[in-house]
Amino acid sequence: MFRNITLTAVSALAITAGAALAASGPHTHFEDVAFAHEGPFGTFDQLQLQRGLQVYTEVCSACHGLRYVPIRTLSDEGGPQMPEDQIRAYATQFTVVDEDTGEDRDGKPTDHFPMSQLWNAPDLSVMAKARAGFHGPVGTGISQLLNGIGGPEYIYSLQTGYADNPDCAPDGIDGYYYNTAFPAGGIPDSCKDEHGVSTVPGSWIAMPPNLEDGLVTYADGTPATVENMAEDVASFLMWTAEPKMMARKEAGFKAVLFLIVLSTLLYLTNKKLWSKVKGQRIA
Amino acid sequence: MAGIPHDHYEPKTGAETWLHKRLPIVGLLYDTMMLPTPKNLNWMWIWGIVLTFCLVLQIVTGIVLAMHYTPQVDLAFASIEHIMRNVNGGHMLRYLHANGASLFFIAVYLHIFRGLYYGSYKAPREVTWIIGMLIYLAMMATAFMGYVLPWGQMSFWGATVITGLFGAIPGVGGAIQAWLLGGPAVDNATLNRFFSLHYLLPFVIAALVAVHIWAFHTTGNNNPTGVEVRRGSKEEAERDTLPFWPYFVIKDLFALGVILAIFFAVVGFMPNYLGHPDNYIEANPLSTPVHIVPEWYFLPFYAILRAFTADVWIVALTEWVTFGIVDAKLFGVLAMFGSIIVMALTPWLDTSSVRSGRYRPMFKWWFVGLCVDFVILTWVGAMPTEEPYSTISLIASAYWFGYFLIILPLLGVIEKPEPQPATIEEDFNSHYAPPSAPAAAQPAE
Repeated sequence: MFRNITLTAVSALAITAGAALAASGPHTHFEDVAFAHEGPFGTFDQLQLQRGLQVYTEVCSACHGLRYVPIRTLSDEGGPQMPEDQIRAYATQFTVVDEDTGEDRDGKPTDHFPMSQLWNAPDLSVMAKARAGFHGPVGTGISQLLNGIGGPEYIYSLQTGYADNPDCAPDGIDGYYYNTAFPAGGIPDSCKDEHGVSTVPGSWIAMPPNLEDGLVTYADGTPATVENMAEDVASFLMWTAEPKMMARKEAGFKAVLFLIVLSTLLYLTNKKLWSKVKGQRIA
Repeated sequence: MAGIPHDHYEPKTGAETWLHKRLPIVGLLYDTMMLPTPKNLNWMWIWGIVLTFCLVLQIVTGIVLAMHYTPQVDLAFASIEHIMRNVNGGHMLRYLHANGASLFFIAVYLHIFRGLYYGSYKAPREVTWIIGMLIYLAMMATAFMGYVLPWGQMSFWGATVITGLFGAIPGVGGAIQAWLLGGPAVDNATLNRFFSLHYLLPFVIAALVAVHIWAFHTTGNNNPTGVEVRRGSKEEAERDTLPFWPYFVIKDLFALGVILAIFFAVVGFMPNYLGHPDNYIEANPLSTPVHIVPEWYFLPFYAILRAFTADVWIVALTEWVTFGIVDAKLFGVLAMFGSIIVMALTPWLDTSSVRSGRYRPMFKWWFVGLCVDFVILTWVGAMPTEEPYSTISLIASAYWFGYFLIILPLLGVIEKPEPQPATIEEDFNSHYAPPSAPAAAQPAE
């Protein structure tokens, strides 16, 4: 009896946790991207992280910061793993205020990435963990359960989610851009039903569409389509949010393996021990 | 140790006698480890070990995390990122600590529901039960304050909502709320005192756990039959029990190993699954999240808190009878605390003379209802306050109170229990064949 109750409770827990996240904001459209880092065995694609860094540096960094990310970590294992001299050169493009002298100087690898340049541009350091993203069928959280929290899907969907203003509001909102993945923006009254519920996916966002085909030139020859750039930068931002992901999965894998062996030995010990006091189960 | 007769520690060497006369610590450990334990305990009797492990895990990881954390509103969020990025193994420590809280609560709920089914709360174990409830309350306070420390959006707004509950108390509510927060709103003073108390309370829990263990070592364990161990003589008791070491230690360690394998899979592969993404956004007093949702383990009681709105007749009636002193907000707060108080009062609310639910044909189904009810409450607690969730949470809350206040007292009167085994030995032998040990080994027994 308790076995059934336990199973019910555990599965209910899985569903409620997903539902808790699903139950917020207007409906939005998310693409389920098959990122290399997903699943228990998923690892970051080093070249993709480097391409994502390029997109961030050339496009996003104009407004958005990565204030929690030390530049030196670009050479860390499990990340873009760039050579140290390259990082030293990369860091010099940022101007920082020296803590000791109080004067401007070129960035060094030990500095952090700059903060956001615009007041309404959120910092991107942990963005990939701070957004719910793709939940799987009817908000069950299944995809989130299997693939992680889904923030990279959100970033990808936001970058590729710009669309023409829908029919209910052909003029849109002045100074804002319609995006099918953005949950937190304004929605014109003409796009709401009698209950005030939005009839269109997404909402209007202040950030203009920034990606267009061929915007950057990838050194490795990958075509710079909007989809590729969005996927690369989403993957890169997953790394900035979880720089130790690969080490964590490896530790988890070792721990689970060790515990399975230990549990098996304990099971056999237990069986032997109890065989002195009880035989086969008969009822 | 009083209660079940068993062998006690006898110092053998001179040195042992010397120590034993001055400090009988070896004897205490011996009596604790060799406690006669009913030999028919099933797999629901493993959660105590899991809970003890959780407490140690949380204290150990927590102490190291505290070495790197900064309880200051401008630095707290950044110090968490510092732990995640720059502290050796910091990301694992933090994920172990955060998910350790979830394991702690899964185990405590299964432990509590085990007690509710097998009547572990009944005489003579009421004190064990009450101390257990105090531990559970201390756990909730600790977990709530711990969730505030990362200073994310849910930290801040969760703290605002929960301390606001105390503001509902008539007359002195506002003053109590300000006293708890250290000011008019959640701010640096709140973060500092929550950090201090979050460090203190686990040691209070550890002390309560010691008393909890002391209490049930005095009365002896309950068991799935609810039939007491025979205490007439040592030989009689030994037919019903086995010593805790090695039989139950090995069994519990095996169960712990399996549970930890699952736990480490969660920590390693999906450490943020049970958290809320909003808590990776730094706290902002000027921006309220669309839905403020507590951690999953508070959801059942959060659902009860929100269920009693002003349009429910019993709330309206109470408000009218009390001349508006008990309004809907206060009613909700009272209901939430009441839902835990009725659970603590179970030893006196359950009137049945039979301890274990195994021999109570009607109780069984009401108990299954309570388990389902708990799951439903957890689910609606995460849903927005709109139909049909409001009605569902009201019905589920009513069942919760109905179970403890009406069904348990009534069942003792109207239910006809099934026959119980006379002894634990009889129950054990009816389920298991005698050990198939070789005949030669028998004379040694």
